[in-house]
Amino acid sequence: MKVVIMGCGRVGARIASILDHNGHDVAVVDIDARAFRRLPNDFRGNTVIGTGIDEDVLRAAGIEDASAFVAVTNGDNRNIMAAQVARLMFEVPEVICRIYDPVREDTYRRLGLTTVCPTTTVSALILDHVIGAGDLLGARGREA
Amino acid sequence: MYIIVVGGGKVGYYLTKTLLNEGHEVLLIERNPEKVSTFAERFGAVVVAGDGAEAATLAAAGAARADVVIAVTGEDEDNLVVCQSARQKFHVGRTIARVNNPKNEQLFRLLGIDVTVSQTNYILNLIEQSIPERSFLHLLSLRHADLAIIEAKIGEGSPVTNRTIAEVQLPVDCVIAAIARGPELIVPTPATQILPGDDIIALTHREQEDELRRLLGCFVAT
Repeated sequence: MKVVIMGCGRVGARIASILDHNGHDVAVVDIDARAFRRLPNDFRGNTVIGTGIDEDVLRAAGIEDASAFVAVTNGDNRNIMAAQVARLMFEVPEVICRIYDPVREDTYRRLGLTTVCPTTTVSALILDHVIGAGDLLGARGREA
Repeated sequence: MYIIVVGGGKVGYYLTKTLLNEGHEVLLIERNPEKVSTFAERFGAVVVAGDGAEAATLAAAGAARADVVIAVTGEDEDNLVVCQSARQKFHVGRTIARVNNPKNEQLFRLLGIDVTVSQTNYILNLIEQSIPERSFLHLLSLRHADLAIIEAKIGEGSPVTNRTIAEVQLPVDCVIAAIARGPELIVPTPATQILPGDDIIALTHREQEDELRRLLGCFVAT
């Protein structure tokens, strides 16, 4: 499977490296060449310097025959725009977009984008530890 | 009319100033608090600090009752999200986005932005118009109808030289709107003769632009 990943931060580099290890054809796009240092030494995928909201950059990364596009830069709006470029202009079958702002995430999920909101997900995980674990302890305490 | 402008760069500043002078109710949203206080001194309480791409900012700005939202920041992705949010969440009737990369105009239109303004394209066009050698100029695109206004210089060797408008077989969806001859601007009748040195201003369907160019004998590419 051919996957284009925009943003080579911790998340982007990790996704790229795991997909590469699993034998997928990966291209990573980042505006800053230094970001590619996060990729492992044995990374066999392609790296492209540039912004993912530029169609020419996406083409250079091979988006035209990609089966998935992942937008994980730090900018919500950049991810949103790139995801819509991938979906509308290149008709990539699977487009996943990270959006930190829960309100924006809700808007674009309604518009049909596949979205991941780290803010709500991570908060829920932590709250589960804080409140969930507290409840659990309480319940155990009562049982004992 | 209530107009919200997002982005307080040069464009946002002069736009706000012009709209206020025209008597509209205007609110300018700018991210940089320092700029906001400078603008507030000049414009009064019509400037707020905030990120126009955040729903809370638009809500506080009263986007739900806004007639128009205009996004003119220097970043295309921000302008896109501001306009989409205005449409989707606040049902603003008209959204206008500045497009910094001309290639994004098509995408913005596909995504439902009502008007896109690409200043890069306008500047390129203006520069093209002031280059004297070009014999065929694209003056303006009328997007919704897919029409364009072009200007063509008629040379001595043009196949239409010394013919009347009636004798010239124009492509379909083309009309010669005016002829600039020296200081004169002529609105042509079928009997008007085309002379060497005339500047023809024509309205044409975009698809017929190349055919019109050939017909008028303008071989220099735009």
